[in-house]
Amino acid sequence: MSDENLPDRPDPAAVAGQERLSEQIARTGMFGTETTGDTSGYGGLRVRRAPVPSSPRPYGSYFDEVADRLADGMEREGPGFDEAIERVIVDRDELTLHVRRDHLAGVAKVLRDEPSLAFELCLGVSGVHYPWEAGRELHAVYALLSITHNRRLRLEVSAPDEDPHVPSLVSIYPTCDWHERETWDFFGLIFDGHPALTRIQMPDDWKGHPGRKDYPLGGIPVEYRGAHVPPPENRRAYQ
Amino acid sequence: MTAETEGRVYNVAGQDWDEVVAAADEATEAGEERIVVNMGPQHPSTHGVLRLILTLEGETVIELRPVIGYLHTGIEKNMEFRTWTQGVTFCTRADYLAPLFNETAYCMGVERLLGVEAEIPPRANVLRVLMMELNRIGSHLTAIGTMGLELGATTVFIYGMREREKVLDLLELITGLRMNHAYVRPGGVSQDLPAGALERLREFLGIMPGLLGEIRALFDAQPVYFRRTKNVAYLDLAGCMALGVTGPILRATGLPWDLRKSQPYCGYETYEFTVPTQDTSDAYGRYIVRMDEMDQSLKIIEQCVDRLAAKRPARDPVMIADAKIGWPAQLAVGADGLGNSPAHIAKIMGQSMEALIHHFKLVTEGFRVPAGQVYAAVESPRGELGAHVVSDGGTRPFRVHLRDPSFTNLQSASAMAEGGLLADVIAAVASIDPVMGGVDR
Repeated sequence: MSDENLPDRPDPAAVAGQERLSEQIARTGMFGTETTGDTSGYGGLRVRRAPVPSSPRPYGSYFDEVADRLADGMEREGPGFDEAIERVIVDRDELTLHVRRDHLAGVAKVLRDEPSLAFELCLGVSGVHYPWEAGRELHAVYALLSITHNRRLRLEVSAPDEDPHVPSLVSIYPTCDWHERETWDFFGLIFDGHPALTRIQMPDDWKGHPGRKDYPLGGIPVEYRGAHVPPPENRRAYQ
Repeated sequence: MTAETEGRVYNVAGQDWDEVVAAADEATEAGEERIVVNMGPQHPSTHGVLRLILTLEGETVIELRPVIGYLHTGIEKNMEFRTWTQGVTFCTRADYLAPLFNETAYCMGVERLLGVEAEIPPRANVLRVLMMELNRIGSHLTAIGTMGLELGATTVFIYGMREREKVLDLLELITGLRMNHAYVRPGGVSQDLPAGALERLREFLGIMPGLLGEIRALFDAQPVYFRRTKNVAYLDLAGCMALGVTGPILRATGLPWDLRKSQPYCGYETYEFTVPTQDTSDAYGRYIVRMDEMDQSLKIIEQCVDRLAAKRPARDPVMIADAKIGWPAQLAVGADGLGNSPAHIAKIMGQSMEALIHHFKLVTEGFRVPAGQVYAAVESPRGELGAHVVSDGGTRPFRVHLRDPSFTNLQSASAMAEGGLLADVIAAVASIDPVMGGVDR
């Protein structure tokens, strides 16, 4: 097929399909069989992860205003909105800003100090490990709350496994002190600029970061009336 | 007291105050200005397995460093290996004085991920509010009772525990358990009120104001208590904002911030109650806020009881109608304890193969939750309890993080206690009311 026969603008459905097919395969088959052949006819099934596209404008609710005010603030403070914010996701009436990690502190500062934004309260950090997201495996998720405007917002920043560094927000939100220590403890994310990044939940000499997906649960098999129950991570998984 | 290479280490384990004072005097005589005292993790005044490392100059606290993690049980990690419904059994054990709040926050997160928030039956929401407010009273009674105990008022502790028992009796009657209820489930609650519960609730509402008045009277006639709590453990609004402190500590600075009012959930906007505040920013103010909150909780419980006692419509379930999410059976008490109702067992074992398959799939495999992440928050007795719930589209949570208010609020212990006297450390920690199960999860 030559190019002149192709339509001028790509078909949005075809683009969406291409995007979907380029995503990683989440699972194959239907019943999770690994030892014997799957005779159900579903053996060739490939289920891919849904792509995470940016939400288009308008975002709805107060989200547009927050994005506009943040863009104004970022314009004044240095890097523009598009430079600092990788992706804006509005999902289930919640706003998530994916921030490029170099600009995390700048974005947080504008969000806190700008009177029209006034996100005074940081509700801490939650780490998430997505092993399949090559180059951005480790995520740190910050929940922010503005008491002045009664609004919520989520910041998300990612770092690759090989270079697990994220700037610390302790100087902007001192409450992040223990939260960042916990995220380091569980996920191995190093928060640059933290005053004393030490383990907080696990013992000081612990090896590994238990929140990560490649860290086993570490259960022990249980014997009950002669029958052995394997630990949860080794039990049969129903897909 | 042991001799170490880096100087002497003083361990405080309760009932050994004279030793510490003697050691401090000795150190002063020897020309040493500062001593480091390790307090806990096993100490009657640290509110659980909390360890405090104190640097003292005489009796003044120069530095306070809380050390936590002694009660870490990996609840968040464990939840990733169970179905969404089983997750409730784990998160209820985090903050063990407020189990119903943990459950509700988590279930609200799961329901928002599923997009079924609007389909939760009204009766389930009333029951959730009822249980949370009962739980709030029980939790505040513990907070106030242990605060009294740690400051030397043993009677208040006994009174607090005695009244809390009445709350626990009600929780046991309704859920079957005194704590770790797993009562709130994704889609609703596990069972309806048992027979006689409304009468017991009304009885509780009748006697409780008088009993709370007794505790107030005990404290209000006690000048020692005032001296130990007034202007002690000061933390103002700016400090609360910086340190992320919420709950009674924040409301004791004069800011009426309560998620039940500002971001209502479970139908709180339809109840009449006020948000008590104080403007003293000290330990005494926090105590008053907690006492006033219990009065407001009683008011809410009364409204819940009225709604539950009203004439029921023909169909008034406590679990979501969607059979792909809601547990297939109601529970019933049988000869061998609480279990699936005999009617349901008769149906799946004797009449309907499809119902059996459905039951089996839902119970063993669970339901799928569309991929995404949400943050659901409730106002727990200690402040904002948030659940960050992430799904990858599977039948198990991909990640659950509980933003526990105890964890965050405990950070402020240093700000409250440094520069003050050693004895005020106890008042500061008691007024924060940290629950180590929630701090360490």
